Amino acid sequence: MVRQKTSGSTQQAARDYSPFERALLNDFQHDLPLVPRPFAAIGDRLGMGEQAVLEALAQLKDEGVVSRVGATLKPGVVGVGTLAAMAVPEEDMERVAAIISARPEVNHNYEREDALNLWFVATAADDSALTAALAAIETETGYPLLDLRLVCDYHLDLGFTIQWTSPKRIDD
Amino acid sequence: MTDGSPGMHALDAVDRAIIRATQNGLPLTVEPYATLAEQLQLPLEEVMTRLQGMQDSGAIRRIAAVPQHYALGIRANGMSVWDVDDAMVDALGEQVGALPFVSHSYRRPRHPPQWPYNLFAMVHGRDRRQVEAKVAEIARLLGSACRGHDILYSSRLLKKTGLRLSG
Repeated sequence: MVRQKTSGSTQQAARDYSPFERALLNDFQHDLPLVPRPFAAIGDRLGMGEQAVLEALAQLKDEGVVSRVGATLKPGVVGVGTLAAMAVPEEDMERVAAIISARPEVNHNYEREDALNLWFVATAADDSALTAALAAIETETGYPLLDLRLVCDYHLDLGFTIQWTSPKRIDD
Repeated sequence: MTDGSPGMHALDAVDRAIIRATQNGLPLTVEPYATLAEQLQLPLEEVMTRLQGMQDSGAIRRIAAVPQHYALGIRANGMSVWDVDDAMVDALGEQVGALPFVSHSYRRPRHPPQWPYNLFAMVHGRDRRQVEAKVAEIARLLGSACRGHDILYSSRLLKKTGLRLSG
């Protein structure tokens, strides 16, 4: 289980990133060229060699800064999904979270600060499989859930720019 | 946080195989699409044409480096939720989704009285002060069409995996 605490304090990134790494992270969140040698194409744009791009991405991946270099799909392209929320007593959280995280249909599971304190995204091949998975979760955990199925997606896919800690001001 | 809406982009078995092979990322090789084609025993041309086709149809939003914001010092992940007049939520949702600091914006059903909110906007920042300043901007944009809002911060990531495909 990955445990990540979110605090209210400002924290620095793990280390200083070179201008080249920053450019890699900012620019290529959006678009890896669909050409036979995309890393060479990125290198051309950034004035770096192909090997330097590959090594930098491999290192950023090792450090966990880049989770992967790959395709992001439009919601609903494969199967159906939903966002679900549950109110779980704190003393029962570990048990319930473990049950939910263990389900193959669940790909994100977050604890949030609210009466509805457990939120997860579940996907399945079709509606009936998803409904069955949610029902199984309710039965196994013993708590009802809110099924907040997407009505409309307003995302315009602009990505967003990472705000670096230094030297720029961060509290804009 | 992406879940799903009814599918509009029918993918065939080969498309799905390509997506499944890349769900943990493209190989970091000089010719990643050729490596992928080799793994799938497909011609390189076909892999690239299908990837392009899925991008053109919108099924694939992008092929890119996916940053892990937490590791980059983006510690505050605020899910802002809004109770917006149903007659105006679509027009306003589009505007919220276009804000540069909103990574996702969705309309979802209310479940009153427990859950009165119908618009979700994910806002990321280095700390809560930054998130709250951005949420205030959203509040100004929504104006009197909004009857209430809240920010739910994530306190713990319990599970996060890439795309999963069944079948």
